[in-house]
Amino acid sequence: MLPPLPSQLPRRVFDGFGYSTRSVSGFVDAGSVAELQAAFRYAGEHGLTVGLRGSGRSYGDAAMNGGGLVVDARRMKRVLAWDPATGVADLEPGFTIEDMWRTFLREGWWPAVVPGTMFPTIGGIAAMNVHGKNCFKVGPWGDHILEADLVAPDGNVYRTSRTENEELFNAAIGGFGMLGAFSRLRVQLKRVYSGGLRVRGHYCRDLAEQFAWFEEYTQKSDYCVSWVDCIAGGASLGRGQPHSAVYLHEDEDRTPDFDPAHQDLPGHILGVPRALVGTILAKFNTNLGMRLLNFGKNLASRFGPKSEVIQGHVAFNFLLDYVPTFRDAYRPHGFVQYQPFVPKESAQEVFTNILRLTQARGVPSYLGVMKRHRADEFLLSHGLDGYSFALDFPVTPANRAVLWKTLHEVSDMVCEAGGRFYPAKDAVIRPDHFQRAWGQARIARFNALRAMVDPARRLRTDLAARFGLCGPEGA
Amino acid sequence: MGTFKTAAVIGASVGIGAEMVRQLAAGGVRVAAVARRLPELEALQAACGGPERVSVYSHDVRRFEEAPSLFDRICADLGGVDCLIYNAGVMPRVEESEYNFGKDREMIEVNLLGAMAWFNPAGAYMEARRAGTLVGISSVAGDRGRRGNPAYHTSKAALTTYLESLRNRLDRYGVHVVTVKPGPVATAMTEGLKLPLMIPAEEAARGALALAEAGTGVGYVPRTWSPIMLTIQHVPSVIFRRTNI
Repeated sequence: MLPPLPSQLPRRVFDGFGYSTRSVSGFVDAGSVAELQAAFRYAGEHGLTVGLRGSGRSYGDAAMNGGGLVVDARRMKRVLAWDPATGVADLEPGFTIEDMWRTFLREGWWPAVVPGTMFPTIGGIAAMNVHGKNCFKVGPWGDHILEADLVAPDGNVYRTSRTENEELFNAAIGGFGMLGAFSRLRVQLKRVYSGGLRVRGHYCRDLAEQFAWFEEYTQKSDYCVSWVDCIAGGASLGRGQPHSAVYLHEDEDRTPDFDPAHQDLPGHILGVPRALVGTILAKFNTNLGMRLLNFGKNLASRFGPKSEVIQGHVAFNFLLDYVPTFRDAYRPHGFVQYQPFVPKESAQEVFTNILRLTQARGVPSYLGVMKRHRADEFLLSHGLDGYSFALDFPVTPANRAVLWKTLHEVSDMVCEAGGRFYPAKDAVIRPDHFQRAWGQARIARFNALRAMVDPARRLRTDLAARFGLCGPEGA
Repeated sequence: MGTFKTAAVIGASVGIGAEMVRQLAAGGVRVAAVARRLPELEALQAACGGPERVSVYSHDVRRFEEAPSLFDRICADLGGVDCLIYNAGVMPRVEESEYNFGKDREMIEVNLLGAMAWFNPAGAYMEARRAGTLVGISSVAGDRGRRGNPAYHTSKAALTTYLESLRNRLDRYGVHVVTVKPGPVATAMTEGLKLPLMIPAEEAARGALALAEAGTGVGYVPRTWSPIMLTIQHVPSVIFRRTNI
């Protein structure tokens, strides 16, 4: 598996899911705990750093390690244990959200939390403490992880949970892979009583209405998410289309259909084959084209039907997978997805300022998504009692400098408001933003745990280096 | 030399390689010269204006495992590599009725495998940078399997095909891959041989660098070879084998 000399390692160019950041690394895959340990040992013998990577669904540089070694453990994807009575599963880290619903929905269990795409691995999800559209109600993924085995660079496998090595448990979940590689995760799935959800679309004329909508609907829904038109200005600033969804209760669906095959996404969108939608979107991928597209979507959501519909779990949750080629529209220079989290008291003000500033600078977001969150117990959690605003920005050689400058200013505003950022998405924040958002005390505790399980500082990612947690590229 | 700020030449001590180093350095390019023989490299360095202009590295291209780390070191020393030229090549004499695996192996290792060992790290580096030029010095010999030296023709044909694949792989990332096919060039390699249209190494180097600068896919040096090889490539095998071409 590993060659005698590191110079004989195959090299790979890795990019982020947003295509806007790239680096070259040595590459090896690991199919077992022993192989993960061998990779750490090898790195130690040859003075290499190690970055962990799963499906590579992080938008920025979280799963990259330029100049070092990247270890991919996707071959570890077995179900080690499963109890259909309780919905508790022991999974290897390469098991994906897609594997989860295809395996467990048949028995009436659905992942308690899912992101907008089904392809991330549970290992990556735990490392990033991924959240979903139901975060306000059930918290992030970490709240549904019962135990985690962590293969650390010191050679040990730490069994962690809320009662065993609990500090390590709380730091490794959401610790973006800086404390070790997960080799087993015990997770709690959610019992569902139907293959569908009751979904309802709404319309908000401006940002104030969006916030009012969230206050109302988070009280009576299981999922809440809103699309925000980030190009419209003036009185329409922040207009958009929220969606709410609720699970069906027991006995509400007399003939529940749990067949995963019936959950698959349609092959066509508005008559266009899904694979071609990205190519067509590319034609609109300019400020003007997006203005048109947003205007059309705005009209459709404003005057379209608002009645409740039953939609499959997959169709409702995996919006990104509807258009698997959507990101190709941003080629060749890619895009960044920037997602600040802001406490509820100041969220409306900060989001208003973000929209105004990005519009004024000529770098409006092409896609904005708002969600409501709750605080959680994890050491480097991005979650707080407030709102998040995920924003896609196209990157071009012409706008790159302005975009980064603008987003650094936005990050200052977010820090000022006591906000945080989402490492799974981030590609832009600086060490000072990381320090301010999480605070010296938490970072010091995190570094103390690193000193324990990774005394030689083997673990490194381009993101951790950008946050100021380890040396520069190639170090 | 407007296009490149930095370049690395592998196989730089004599012949076309040394000439390319001279011309690149004269054009203001910061050059890394790589070859087995350090004394020749140092003489070249002195003739080109010293270590400010040309850095020298001793390396045997058959030590494949050294190439990636040496490439990294050159990148660090020069502050990047805009153009990498693989020029190393050998053509030991193979007599009529001689069947010599030792010579065959040397040609495949130096002319082909060494190129792959260098183009792998350089290709990854340039793909990630979304810029750069990779140049392989192939040969007209790769266009046809002539009777004289089967392994030499094979090594160059394989190099030509390898470079074509690499071009198809890297073009979408803005990286140029250039295949240079010189005809006979008056160097130590061809000493004592009677070959047609022989040109001096200086001219071959100028032609190769012009193709590299232009980012041309495939080019003959001199261009006269283009129609000649087109014709030779289309001679049917049953006739070709009866000739002494």
